[in-house]
Amino acid sequence: MTRRTCREMTVGELTPLGQSERPGEFYRLRLLGPGFGTWEPGQFVMLRPASWDLELLWGRPFSLAGADEEGVSLFFQVVGRGTRRLAALAPGEKVTVWGPLGNGFAVEPGTRTLMLAGGVGLAPFLGYAAAHPAPENLELLFAHRLPLDCYPYGELAARLRAEAVHEATPADLPRVIRRITEKIAEYAPDGLVLACGPTPFLRTVRQAALDHGVRAQVSLENRMACGVGACLGCVCRDGLGHHVQVCTQGPVFWAGDVQL
Amino acid sequence: MDLTTDITGLRLKNPVLTASGTFGFGLEFEDYGDLRDLGGIVVKGLSLKPREGNPMPRLAETPCGMLNAIGIQNPGVECFLRDKLPRLPWRETAVIANLYACGVEEFGELAGVLSAEEGVAALEINVSCPNVKEGGAAFGQDPLQIGRVTEAVKKRAGTKPVIVKLSPNVTDIAACARAAESAGADALSAVNTLLGMAVDVRTRRPRLANVVGGLSGPAIKPVALRCVFQCVRAVGIPVIGLGGISSAEDALEFLLVGAAAVQVGTANFLRPDFAFRLARELPEALAAVGAAGLDAYRGGLVLPE
Repeated sequence: MTRRTCREMTVGELTPLGQSERPGEFYRLRLLGPGFGTWEPGQFVMLRPASWDLELLWGRPFSLAGADEEGVSLFFQVVGRGTRRLAALAPGEKVTVWGPLGNGFAVEPGTRTLMLAGGVGLAPFLGYAAAHPAPENLELLFAHRLPLDCYPYGELAARLRAEAVHEATPADLPRVIRRITEKIAEYAPDGLVLACGPTPFLRTVRQAALDHGVRAQVSLENRMACGVGACLGCVCRDGLGHHVQVCTQGPVFWAGDVQL
Repeated sequence: MDLTTDITGLRLKNPVLTASGTFGFGLEFEDYGDLRDLGGIVVKGLSLKPREGNPMPRLAETPCGMLNAIGIQNPGVECFLRDKLPRLPWRETAVIANLYACGVEEFGELAGVLSAEEGVAALEINVSCPNVKEGGAAFGQDPLQIGRVTEAVKKRAGTKPVIVKLSPNVTDIAACARAAESAGADALSAVNTLLGMAVDVRTRRPRLANVVGGLSGPAIKPVALRCVFQCVRAVGIPVIGLGGISSAEDALEFLLVGAAAVQVGTANFLRPDFAFRLARELPEALAAVGAAGLDAYRGGLVLPE
């Protein structure tokens, strides 16, 4: 069991990635300081820069893309006030980080495992693939809207069987869904499917996995205030319709155990 | 420095408590500090039966504040007593139960259940939650109803001190404070969240599924401080201050206007070890402003002549 801590880290490298229509939209962030010796891919951290003072109150949750004793690595897209301010961090700035939080993806070394990533949902699979004891059993299908160089896709594609499907316009959506569904079907009946991405993407994955009888896990994203199970702001509904906390009972759930 | 505080029989080792709804059942924060270092823990609002709470989205971040419309989601008092309380260090730290009910009788019934528990140090009546249709703010906005609920709880509370948590969403908070005191309250806590709203201009929808919610955080501190000031002057019972406390200096402001103790709420989300750090830093903060001790400093507000 990984022990959660709250610690001060400093901004090491903040690297912009790729050329999207909005320059400076994707970043890789390396935070230095006592990192996490033990963590599971799929877990996340909350981070809150000291420079936010009292203006932005909540930390922001990010999947761990990597972590070791020296620090942690994250990948993020600028979508709101918090990530916009994160993109403006300077090397040496202080950041409060708490984690590792939540639960990780299942690791079954002998099982054929399909990683399905949608957009920034690629982040946890960097760590997953790096830590997996039998990477030859892994395959990646990456669905994306913006140019591939915005994402650290190349790193993974160089080490694994990988395929990218591009949704350039909404007209491409049926093709992307079809490809996701085909790929999931290939993993029936005894494979494992892991997915991370926006909710509509996960909804598609969940349905296809249930339809084809494939075991699948989905990593949910949600707005969080605390990340530790206290505020009850990030709930989703379980199979019985009861509220469950994404931060502590997830973010990774078996697809049949949650409603999307 | 001696930080012990007595709130009408409720003994605290220091005046730092955690506010209901922001600290879970305390167990969520065990990795970030020693719960025994806190003056007390006010646990998540409890009802007789489990409650699912409101639909999502339930949270919105606002400048220097946040809106919530959780709706008292909780596993019910039975689950709390069976699964949570035994795991809390209640012999070393005061565990205060926050009570939520839909009617006066139900409040009394809940108090009866909790008063029998050795591990519960005091009862805090939530008559001020803005996020539930039944009860909640409806009680807290009417001095007559505050009195009725307080009486019902007091009657069943046995020897447990009864604290009434007041709403700032009223015209005259002093009248509410006096109503609680007259009905037998041992202490007050002031204040709960301010009613607020946020709208997404693109989707044209409210940011909360409940449309309106409770505003908390540094944004409400001036309002909360004013409310505590008015309550302290209106009653003779202790007043616990809360609302946007985000630093030791904020806590000192509340103590200076006469708060017997403080509760930390939204700041627990700034970082999960916030309350532990505040309890640790308070002696130094008092010393930094030249205070000889907590008792000497408390209520020492100098008003203009």
